[in-house]
Amino acid sequence: MPLTQDEQSPRPATGGPTEDTAPDGPTAPVPAAAAPTARRRKQRQTWRQAFRRDWQLYSLALLPLIFLAIFKYGPMVGNVIAFRRFRPGGSIFGDEWVGLRYIDMFINDPSFWHVFTNTVVLGGLTLVVGFPLPIVLALLLNEVRKKYFKKIVQSISYLPHFLSVVIVVGMLMQLLSLEGTVNQIIGAFGGEGIPFLQRPEWFRAVYVGSEVWQTVGWGTILYLAALTTIDDSLYEAARIDGAGRWRQTWHVTLPGIRPTMITLLILNIGMFLNVGFEKVLLLYNPLTYETADVISTYLYRVGLVSNNLSYAAAIGLFQALIGLAMVLSANLLSRRMVGTSLW
Amino acid sequence: MRVFRAANAAALVLLCAVMLYPFITVLAQSFSSAGAIKAGQVNVWPVGFNVDTYTAVMSNGMFWRNYGNTVLYTVVGTAIAMTLTTTYAYVLSKRHLKGRNALIGIAVFTMFFNGGIVPNYVLISSLGMKNTMWAIVLPNAISVFNLLVMKSFFENLPKDLEEAAQIDGLGWYGIFARIVLPLSKAVIATMVLFYSVQYWNDWFAAFLYLDKSELFPVTLFLRNLIAGASTSASEGAAAAGTTTALVSTNIQAVTMILTVIPILCIYPFVQRYFVSGVMLGSIKG
Repeated sequence: MPLTQDEQSPRPATGGPTEDTAPDGPTAPVPAAAAPTARRRKQRQTWRQAFRRDWQLYSLALLPLIFLAIFKYGPMVGNVIAFRRFRPGGSIFGDEWVGLRYIDMFINDPSFWHVFTNTVVLGGLTLVVGFPLPIVLALLLNEVRKKYFKKIVQSISYLPHFLSVVIVVGMLMQLLSLEGTVNQIIGAFGGEGIPFLQRPEWFRAVYVGSEVWQTVGWGTILYLAALTTIDDSLYEAARIDGAGRWRQTWHVTLPGIRPTMITLLILNIGMFLNVGFEKVLLLYNPLTYETADVISTYLYRVGLVSNNLSYAAAIGLFQALIGLAMVLSANLLSRRMVGTSLW
Repeated sequence: MRVFRAANAAALVLLCAVMLYPFITVLAQSFSSAGAIKAGQVNVWPVGFNVDTYTAVMSNGMFWRNYGNTVLYTVVGTAIAMTLTTTYAYVLSKRHLKGRNALIGIAVFTMFFNGGIVPNYVLISSLGMKNTMWAIVLPNAISVFNLLVMKSFFENLPKDLEEAAQIDGLGWYGIFARIVLPLSKAVIATMVLFYSVQYWNDWFAAFLYLDKSELFPVTLFLRNLIAGASTSASEGAAAAGTTTALVSTNIQAVTMILTVIPILCIYPFVQRYFVSGVMLGSIKG
C-alpha cells in the first residue's frame, strides 16, 4: 500500500497538531511575523515566497483541484438534501429544511434494518474469508522456487481482477444455471439440480465465492511486494538459530508483512459497508432479496427507481458516515495497539 | 520438505484451473450450438462446433455501435484521467511544497468519504451531463489509489537529474515534461492500463446516466442481454427495453468473449510493467 507510510514513522508523541497537519489551505493567512517558535526546524516560509518559487507546481494542481471540488466534494455538500425536501427540477440542494425527518423515517423503517443486517453479514463474510486468503496465497507463492512457474500462477490469478463485473456475473449465471457445470457435477453424484441464483440461502455463498475468485490473486500483489523487502539476513539468522520453514514463516515472514496486512485491513474495514453494490445489483432478483438486498441496492431502488431522493440521500449519508467512523476507529486502534496506522 | 513442495505446486495448479475454468467454459459455449448448451453438454470443449453465433453477433449494428462507444469512452476517459492524475501526483511528490499535506489530505479524504450515489446523480443531472459522454468519463477521473501509487513512484525518482535541470534554469513545467515523464514509462503504462480497464469495464455510470441505446457502452449491451435472459430480470431491465425474447446462452457467451478480448490481448504486454510499477510504488514512499 503506498499511502503515507513515510510520514507516519517518527511522529512526535506530544499529540496536538504538528506543523504538517496544520490546515494550510491556499487561503491561509500568512503568519510571517507571528511568534516564531524556535523548536520548529522547518524554516518558515511565507505563502508569497512559496508561490513565487513554485507557482508552476501550484498551477499544475489547479485542474485536479477543480475536478475534486466539483465531482467529489460537490456531492458531499449535495448530501444536504438529506435534510431538505428535494423537488426534481428544483435546486440541487433542495427547497426547504425538514430537519431530521428523513433520518427518522429510515430509523423507523423495518426494511432498512433488514438490509442493514444483510449488509453487515455480507460485508463481514467477505472480510473474514476474503482478507486472509491473499496472505495465504502470497506465502505459498513465496515458497515457489521455480521463477517461471511463479510468474505463470501470478499472471493467471491476477486476470479475474481485470474483468468487468458484468462479465463475472454473466459467467456465474452460466456456471450456476440448471444446465451449468456446477449442477452437472451435482447431478453426477446423483443430486437434484439447484437453481442457485433463485435461492436466497445460496446468495451469500455465491457472492463471497465469486468475490474471492476475483480478488484473491490481485490481493497478493502488495504482499509479494512487501515480501521482497524482507532482509535475507533475518532468514539466515533464523536458520542459524535452528528455525525450520514453519518457524521462519512465523517469526520472520509474517512480521515482515505485518504493516501491509494492517494497512489493508484498515482499508477493508472502511469499505466494509460498501459491499460490491454493482455485483449485488446484477446478481440479485426479487426471489433473493431476503438475503441479497443491501443498503446500497435498497437506497438505489428507493432513490433512483422510486424517486425518493431525499430519503435515499439520508440513508447514503448514514452509510458513508459509518464507513468513515469505522476507518478512523480502526486506524486509531491499530496505532494504539500495534503502532502501525495509515496516518 | 519435498512433500510440501509438491503439495504446494499442486495447490497452485488447482488454483490456476479454478481461475481459468469460467473463461474456458464461456469460450467453449461461444462455439457451441444453443441446443447442446441447453442440454448441459458443454463444459470445456465446444459441442456442435460452429461460428454462426459469432457471425450473428458481429452483424448486429447496435453491438458495433456500442463497442465503438466503449472504445471512445475508454480513450477519452483515460486521457483525462491520466492528465489529472499525473499532474496532481507530481505536485504531491514535492516534499518541500508548502501546503502539500493539505493537498494530499483533500484527495485522500475522498477515499474514505464520498457523496454517495444520490447526490452524484443529482449533480450530474443538474450539470446537464445526462445522455452525454461526460457523465461516463468525468466523475471517476481521479482514482486516489492510482494517485498515491504515482506519487510514491515520483518520490522515488533520483533527485539529482531534476536538481541539475533546475540549475540549468528549467522551470517545473520543463522538468516535469522533459525529465520526469520520460523516466516514468513503467508507472505511466501501468496507470494507462488501470484506467483503461476501469473505463472499459464500467457499465453502471452508463446504466444510470444514459437512456439512449445508441450511446451505450458494450458492457451495458451485455448486461441487458444477461438481464433479459435471466428469468427474473431486475427492475432496470424493463427500463432498458432492448430485450424481446430470451437470449440464448451462446449469444451471451460470444458477446462476453468479444468484450474481454481487448483486455486479454494487452494484458500480457502490460503485465510486466504493472508488477514493477505497483510494486515500486508500494514498497515505500
